[in-house]
Amino acid sequence: MRQAIVRTVGLYVALVILIIAVGIGFGVPYTTRMLVEAAAYALIALGLNIQWGYGGLFNFGIMGFMMVGGAAVTFISYPINMKFWNSDGPMLLGRALLAAILGAVLIIAARNAWRIGVKGGWRTALIIVAWAVSYLIFRSQIDPATSYIEQNAGFVGGLGLPVVLGWAFGGLVVAAIAYVVGRICLGLRTDYLAIATIGISEIIRALIKNMQWLTRGTLTVSPIRWPVPLPEDYQAKGIDTFTALIYARGGFLLLVAAILAVVMVLLVRAYGGPWGRMMRAIRDNYIAAGSMGKNVTARQLEIFVLGSILMGIGGAILVSFAQILDPSSYQPINHTFLIWVMVIVGGAGNNWGALFGAIFIYIIWLLSEPLAQLLFGSISHWSSAIGWGAIPDIESRSLQMRVFVLGLVITIALRYAPKGLIPESAQSRR
Amino acid sequence: MDQLIFFINKVLVAGTVLGSIYALGAIGVTLIFGILRFAHFAHGDMMTMGGFIAFVLAGLCAAAGIHVPFATGFLVLPVAMVIAAVIALGLDRAFYAPLRKRGAKPVTLLIASIGVTLMIQGVIRLFFGVDTRSFFESEPKKILRFDMSWIGGSRPITFTQPELFMVIITVVLCLALHFFLTRSRLGKAMRAMSDNADLAQVSGINTALVVRVTWIIAGALACCAGTMLALDVSLTPDLAFNIILPIFAAAIVGGLGQAYGAIAGGFLIGFAETLAVFDWSVILRPLQPYIPFQIQGGMALVPTEYKLTVAFVILVVVLLARPTGIFKGAST
Repeated sequence: MRQAIVRTVGLYVALVILIIAVGIGFGVPYTTRMLVEAAAYALIALGLNIQWGYGGLFNFGIMGFMMVGGAAVTFISYPINMKFWNSDGPMLLGRALLAAILGAVLIIAARNAWRIGVKGGWRTALIIVAWAVSYLIFRSQIDPATSYIEQNAGFVGGLGLPVVLGWAFGGLVVAAIAYVVGRICLGLRTDYLAIATIGISEIIRALIKNMQWLTRGTLTVSPIRWPVPLPEDYQAKGIDTFTALIYARGGFLLLVAAILAVVMVLLVRAYGGPWGRMMRAIRDNYIAAGSMGKNVTARQLEIFVLGSILMGIGGAILVSFAQILDPSSYQPINHTFLIWVMVIVGGAGNNWGALFGAIFIYIIWLLSEPLAQLLFGSISHWSSAIGWGAIPDIESRSLQMRVFVLGLVITIALRYAPKGLIPESAQSRR
Repeated sequence: MDQLIFFINKVLVAGTVLGSIYALGAIGVTLIFGILRFAHFAHGDMMTMGGFIAFVLAGLCAAAGIHVPFATGFLVLPVAMVIAAVIALGLDRAFYAPLRKRGAKPVTLLIASIGVTLMIQGVIRLFFGVDTRSFFESEPKKILRFDMSWIGGSRPITFTQPELFMVIITVVLCLALHFFLTRSRLGKAMRAMSDNADLAQVSGINTALVVRVTWIIAGALACCAGTMLALDVSLTPDLAFNIILPIFAAAIVGGLGQAYGAIAGGFLIGFAETLAVFDWSVILRPLQPYIPFQIQGGMALVPTEYKLTVAFVILVVVLLARPTGIFKGAST
């Protein structure tokens, strides 16, 4: 126990030293930017730690959840697009909504057809027909609505509400999606959940990329507001550019760090309490936990949704910090698997481990960009010096190298340190 | 009649080709699952890698001045399949075998396969960049036309020569696999191990050999599927999850662990995707007098951007209705 604490403290001290070194090397504005993003990633990693570390649930769909969070904060906080509200768009969308409700009623009616004596194969057939009809009705309404909006108003625009509300909304929307996914897939085996979540995230990506009427798709939305004053606001008050940047990013960092601290306190308390014990019991032996009267499926659904909320909020924070929603910038590698590496390297099942892993891996990931370019630059320099010529497309190739290293880190960590740098400690104090 | 020919050209040919590719990929996934009990996520990238191996070999052939009356890709395919099988064995030896030896859970192997995915992706992009490539930059894609005027069609049934080859190769490979699994000693051992690994081991089956053979088959078939996909459309380094999803859907629909199920599932998913993005307005236009609404262009069930959802929806429906798949696969 003591050894574990010493190890944890030592690693965190090393982390602080690393951050200070980055601050000296790259300057304070860069470091604050890095820390804000690292804190947002830490929220997401904690979400994955709840799902995978506490509950043993797969989630390879983090990217999709982050995208939904980002789209949600954009929708809430972007200024109102009067062109859309003054056009027929809202009316058309309302009709599409009505069509969706009508479809849902049809499907529910078909599902309840057994009450009037339609049973077995006939009921199944009826349900399929109901789904098909609902789908056609919905498509017949939404298609003209979307093309009308795209042509006349560009996109729906936002609601112009506070940004923090948007973060919460992001968490909420993601929770709803996670609830549906969990209801469908959690009763099944783990591999299916992995496949289903990958599928969901790829579909979400396809939707957000192509739903131009809602998210503007690849045209991107910017600028998205900050919850704290922007550097420009400070500059308007007569503060010089450099200090204004530090003030603004520092303010953002404070806000995100506060959220992270609250989440961390809640998680540590929940982990140590009966709830955390129950979750670990379910993870380690769900049959035994089930026979002790724990509702395994409901609990797993609970943690799946809880973890996903954190992912949604984290994704929302990242988008509002970057001030741009760019659906084509989302890649499974940078978003889903980077976070898996954070949790695996940090230590799945241990909140401090996940937090450490998130910040540490994010810093390494960010620094590896100039490092990889430096490395490839020198190799290229060397190869051209001996007459082989320079490496073509050096920029993109050196970035691809990071993908390889990420994969290598996963496999090495699984083989030599499967429990991570700060492993989960079995808390038996007897 | 023209509508029927259009349907055959657009759906039957494309669906068969896509189904063949999915089937070959899904066989590998399902065999690995049956023997090693984990979902091998690196399969999509093994396919991409196979495509690139064949691409490099085809380039070498072209440079050496070797010309054949069919696409060079098919000439080098056997060699590429051997290389891919060796690489698959190497990947197993380097990354999966140590974990298995430690007695790691299948879940750990699954995560390791994600790591392998990233590594393969990184290597491919490191060497080939992110550009899209085609096998038919230096040679034409031959098109076969079958005149249909004898039954009153004004347009011919057309498909390309590679498409014909792909279907033939798939049939040959599936038959070979069938005879291997049912007639040969090793194939029977494989099926026994897939049913019950412990029982197979105590009855004297060399399980290490079976594992190796599984990787060889899976790697070779993945290479074949990847090359065929590259020959059919184009060779892109970032297929990864766009291809792994339909393949897993095919394997699960057929029942994980069931080789025949994977073939059936592959064709099912292939046709479902093709039918879903097919523009029905051409077929429906002659029926306009009987249809209450106006028929316009672009009447596909699903817009092309959302093709991926088709496989996913089928997957979810099968998971809900019959979690063990159509052919009763492994359920634990």
